[in-house]
Amino acid sequence: MSLELETLPKEQTIYDQVIARGVSRREFLGFCAWIGACIGVQGAGVDQVVKALETKKRIPVIWLHFQECTCCSESFLRSSHPIVADILLDKISLDYTETLMAASGHQAEQALQDTMAKYKGEYLLCIEGSVPLAEDGVYCCIGGKTAKGIAEEVAEHAKAIIAWGNCACSGCVQAAKPNPTQAMPIKKVIAGKPIINVQGCPPIAEVMAGVLVHLLAFDAIPELDNLGRPKAFYSRRVHDTCYRRPNFDAGLFVESFDDENARKGYCLYKVGCKGPTTYNSCGTIRWNGGVSFPIQSGHPCIGCSEENFWDKGPFYERLPNFPGFGVEATADTLGQVALGAAAVGVAAHAVMTNFRKRNEIGEQTGENAEKAETADAAATDDHSI
Amino acid sequence: MNASHDYQRVYVWQQPVRWFHWINALAIITLGVTGWVITHPPALMNSGEAWTSFWFGKVRFVHFTSGYVLLANFLVRIYWSFAGNKYASWRNFLPLTKAQLREVWQVLKVDIMQSSDKAVHALGHNAVAYFTYAATGLLTVFQVVTGFALMAPTSQSWLPRLFTWVTPLFGSEGAVRTYHYAGMWLFVIFTFIHVYLVFYHDYVEGHGVMSSIIGGWKFMEKHKIAAQEATGISGLPTKSRQTGSRPKV
Ligand code: HEM
Ligand code: SF4
Repeated sequence: MSLELETLPKEQTIYDQVIARGVSRREFLGFCAWIGACIGVQGAGVDQVVKALETKKRIPVIWLHFQECTCCSESFLRSSHPIVADILLDKISLDYTETLMAASGHQAEQALQDTMAKYKGEYLLCIEGSVPLAEDGVYCCIGGKTAKGIAEEVAEHAKAIIAWGNCACSGCVQAAKPNPTQAMPIKKVIAGKPIINVQGCPPIAEVMAGVLVHLLAFDAIPELDNLGRPKAFYSRRVHDTCYRRPNFDAGLFVESFDDENARKGYCLYKVGCKGPTTYNSCGTIRWNGGVSFPIQSGHPCIGCSEENFWDKGPFYERLPNFPGFGVEATADTLGQVALGAAAVGVAAHAVMTNFRKRNEIGEQTGENAEKAETADAAATDDHSI
Repeated sequence: MNASHDYQRVYVWQQPVRWFHWINALAIITLGVTGWVITHPPALMNSGEAWTSFWFGKVRFVHFTSGYVLLANFLVRIYWSFAGNKYASWRNFLPLTKAQLREVWQVLKVDIMQSSDKAVHALGHNAVAYFTYAATGLLTVFQVVTGFALMAPTSQSWLPRLFTWVTPLFGSEGAVRTYHYAGMWLFVIFTFIHVYLVFYHDYVEGHGVMSSIIGGWKFMEKHKIAAQEATGISGLPTKSRQTGSRPKV
């Protein structure tokens, strides 16, 4: 594909290329309005998107794959809008991506080097997957180089970095305990470059497209939350946009997956829904062109756009395991053990008190007053300060 | 009368301290119970249509409101540790002086190991107790910080928004919630031991600890007071003793 790209006139604007591929202007405008709505821009912003795509040249993109399952790419390709996959990804933007490019072997590596040299400081680096650091990074090597080496090399002259999915943002399943390959998110491997964390396992296709178009149209990093995720898509919890929320507030909960309450569509909080602590757009944009999302299908949110969600399980329990304990233990188990220990201690102490402090207690009831007095006085002599 | 029963009454806990104690207790119990329900909602009212009820929302509302009360009350107590009498003073809370450290050791021997050494008859708290309350204060701060951090993203108000920096430290909001929940257990355990020890001291020493947090007065034998005051521990450096007649606050 990148070879094919060489034959395309690079000076063409995105609009030119879209039209050249047989898309009508009407369809193009429809796309702009739709993606504008996804990004959350207002009416005037859509104009800006149209203008940008009409006048701007494509941004060169290098898309690297490390420790991942390619579900991010898959998600992207399944975007409901043909222009996303066909134009943004397939024909226009990708200069290098192992999964989709026609070239392979030395040709592919050459394409990477060429793109880096030609668009130094201009290209956008997209990374799918985490970077293993254990054993000098041997757990993920491409063309004889480690993922870490490649990431650092390509990142050096990148304009910005998009970390696709939970792998690149926080390590996902391969970083789950005990993380044998020491898988690291991109933010822990590369410093000094703007990194956009597009979270999720995978991220929603429209979210991915939206972030790309935002970069294209506004030539700026979208506003990020304090975990580096674009606010347009990750500023609200699944819980805040969930259509089952009225059931939550009314305390109507599914108790088990085959009960009457599940049939009625009550809230999935008690069967482990992580929606209350998960920031994503599943409740609004939904999946597969707005068809559905897990909660709509009766499955609790597993929190895939949050750090370490694999270790925050069990998925179907309300209370997660408490971190730092090898044996599976929730805060409740630990708390009960601690409280039990305290109760035993207190009981023993109470019993002992009646033996060892007999003098003092007797003193209060008027017995042994003399004895207590002398004991006390003697002690005072010993320890007078 | 035997010398050991020559009691004197001492006004130890001023009104603000007593108010603090009970508001704090009420807030913590409310937060603990509502927090528990937030984690383990009972299936009791688990039928019907969503529009007919809002009880879980109300439980959360009570939790958040009590959170504000807990914080406000705590801030007042901090102020009072500078403005109040020597038993309320901030100086007591960390055992930093030699005398305090010696008392810590003494309390551990006498009250925990139950050796028959000389008992510590503190007018305020003893040095170990003060330190425990410092730790509880820290726990309060932890619950307030994590609690407001949990509120921050969905809150329009400035106070929770002051805590937006917290969640990134934990990595995710789920982690904040897990630790916030564990904090509840620490309060449960604290409360259990705290109440036991109040019974213990009241029973063994007979200085009226239990009623002191209602009325403010403790009752102690004069020679014990003298010995205790000589250590200068409560609210060092010693000001004039507040005894006898009822003080202003
Ligand atoms: C004694 C102090 C406190 C205790 C014992 C306590 C206890 C709890 C517990 C057990 C939970 C449930 C956690 C879970 O299920 O994951 C919770 C949730 C929460 N607490 Fe607290 N809490 C305390 C103080 C506070 C304070 C000061 C605030 C701030 C106003 C606060 C705000 C919250 C919030 C926002 C939640 C999340 C509830 C939800 O989103 O449904 N808490 N608390
Ligand atoms: S199903 Fe999950 S996200 Fe939806 S209201 Fe219940 S807890 Fe919240």
